[in-house]
Amino acid sequence: MLLIKGGRVIDPASRRDEVGHLVLVDGKVKEFLAGEAPGDFQGRVIPAEGMWVTPGLIDMHVHLREPGYEWKEDIRSGTLAAAAGGITSLACMANTRPVNDHPEVTRYIIDRARREGTVNVFPVAAVTRGLEGKEMTDFSELAEAGAVAFSDDGKPVASALLMRRALEYARPFGYLIMTHSEDPELAEGGSANEGWTALKLGIPGIPAAAEDVAIAREILLARQTGGRVHIQHVSTKMGVDLLRMAKRAGLAVTGETAPQYFTLTDAALEGYNTNAKMNPPLRGEEDRMAIHEGILDGTIDAVASDHAPHEEYVKRCEFVAAANGIIGLQTALPLTLALVAGGRVSPSRVVDLLSAGPARLLSLKGKGTLAAGADADVTVIDPEREWVFREEDVRSKSRNSPFLGWTLRGRAAATICGGHVRHSDLPGVGVDG
Amino acid sequence: MEWRRRHVLGLSDFRPEEIEFVIDTARSMEEVLTRDIKKVPALRGKTVVNLFFEASTRTRTSFEMAGKRLSADVVNFSSSTSSITKGETLLDTARNIEAMKPNILVIRHPASGAPHFLSRHLSCSIVNAGDGANEHPSQGLLDLYTILKAKGKVAGLKIAIVGDILHSRVVRSDLHSLGRMGAKLWLCGPATLVPREMARTGATLTSDIREAVRDADVIIMLRIQLERQKTSYFPSLREYSRMYGLNRPLFSLAKDDAVIMHPGPINRGVELSDELADCHQSLVLDQVASGVAVRMALLYLLAGGSHAAH
Repeated sequence: MLLIKGGRVIDPASRRDEVGHLVLVDGKVKEFLAGEAPGDFQGRVIPAEGMWVTPGLIDMHVHLREPGYEWKEDIRSGTLAAAAGGITSLACMANTRPVNDHPEVTRYIIDRARREGTVNVFPVAAVTRGLEGKEMTDFSELAEAGAVAFSDDGKPVASALLMRRALEYARPFGYLIMTHSEDPELAEGGSANEGWTALKLGIPGIPAAAEDVAIAREILLARQTGGRVHIQHVSTKMGVDLLRMAKRAGLAVTGETAPQYFTLTDAALEGYNTNAKMNPPLRGEEDRMAIHEGILDGTIDAVASDHAPHEEYVKRCEFVAAANGIIGLQTALPLTLALVAGGRVSPSRVVDLLSAGPARLLSLKGKGTLAAGADADVTVIDPEREWVFREEDVRSKSRNSPFLGWTLRGRAAATICGGHVRHSDLPGVGVDG
Repeated sequence: MEWRRRHVLGLSDFRPEEIEFVIDTARSMEEVLTRDIKKVPALRGKTVVNLFFEASTRTRTSFEMAGKRLSADVVNFSSSTSSITKGETLLDTARNIEAMKPNILVIRHPASGAPHFLSRHLSCSIVNAGDGANEHPSQGLLDLYTILKAKGKVAGLKIAIVGDILHSRVVRSDLHSLGRMGAKLWLCGPATLVPREMARTGATLTSDIREAVRDADVIIMLRIQLERQKTSYFPSLREYSRMYGLNRPLFSLAKDDAVIMHPGPINRGVELSDELADCHQSLVLDQVASGVAVRMALLYLLAGGSHAAH
């Protein structure tokens, strides 16, 4: 039994935003209590005065690297980093080794997560075998094994025909196809956003059109097939505009972005900073502002980190040779909270982007809400806490972040997953073994 | 002026006084090259390593010559394969060289920013001898030097650079060296190779070579990489040459005393007609001669020389 006492409980799914107390019993939310805290509570008390109490955050785009790349990250270190970042559930991408294109791999991940993980892990299976873009994987068997969605993330599905078939085949079962939308020919050879910075630095560019063309394709195929498609890591202005148009047309199209795309621009590449190298690449200021607009008007459904850990030496090299991606589990929350500080995004919208939205998209039952009966996944957030993100704070095995040394505002004070405390900054509140 | 740089990675952050200082030093170096014995002891006991990850006989030879004229020990290390295919990282290769205690590392690498990256991890001086499509600072300086010698000034001159602007490190360095000294720069080539964003440098962009060449004081023709055709930047070499090759009738649109330059090696009959390459207004070989003096100046200044030689 756990009592989270005196916090501002923000639960957009049940339209609650008020100060009160939350009672957790047997791994579930029992009830919300307004007014005075119960004086005779028999259980652990988590003091949350001045804090936000939100449904556990859900990061729907994570590379856990296990199996196959355990030196970059594994399920243990990845879920520890997630817990430190306030994340109680995450969806892990299929570009492992072997690729998660077979139910045995899906079951392996779930089994490892059950034994080693400190938060909930939901595997995403590949759309095509070996991420090769040629043959579809066995959707039903993978879904039965526990895959919550399908994506070849890291690689685009180059064939429009295969994407069409996948959307069409998945439709009657409601499977979610998520896409890394990129036209491989237009992007070929590029290492940075095509624009002034890349031009100045002499780095081959990836045009925004490489992403836009592919997003337009997915939308048109969703329209053609009636299938459901989710655009991953939207980074361009036109991407947001296309998504907005598709939603207005009533299509089953959703989209996520990552904090780096509304926080940074390609100017971060100055000095050939390989920790700012990712795919899609950091874009221009106009794109960054458009992502803000998309968040404000609801075009963007979720914020996910695209946590992509890499060992030091694949980033400590020439820019064009460096690996793509940055870690993000511990910075997603504060960087998203910065939108609130900007004054235009409400706290409940942030919770929607980081929890209720992803739960809805992935159809995770009992997640993304604090309604009675929901899973006891809760994040206690100190929205005012200022802290510097230092190397020694990193819980991931990898340190490839452009945000190291940044002063961030807002932090997970406690992360509770299934009623167990998985992370705590709060005095007197220890982490469960 | 006091020289404070430990590396020459690019001209993007060179102030005009620094550029002038290098040019002044190069003038003293050129004087050395007119002597009977073309050698001074300025860099005796110093070691210069040419670390070349890209084939380039002329730039490497020029740096080698420059080092030897200054009495430095010069060692050449060439590797045509990039560090990635070889299995050894660039940093490991460079650290191996550095362990042998060179004073100056002259590096040529296909990846933009490779010298900048190494400068953060090594303690010796680094000279960028061309990195990807980023910069080729000694070329930018020798182009300036050559024009100053021929024209006496750069400010106010119309200088047209014609060819593959997008992939050219020469252009990026020339924009700094010539642009900062007040030249009116025109960049010309097929639109696929002249990105519109380049206008932010202050240069005028055009795909009409007549416009670029008309009343120009200096025309710099760039080498077209033959493989660009395969990646559909232009339809064919024939079409490229017809649209962007410099020939006598086009050249007659330029000022009467206009000069022609080319960083070499020339594709004769493609970007430059045979006749023009060898005409008396061609400064191609003057550029090569200037190159040694300018590179001597850079090596001299990096090795601790503080003023125009002797």
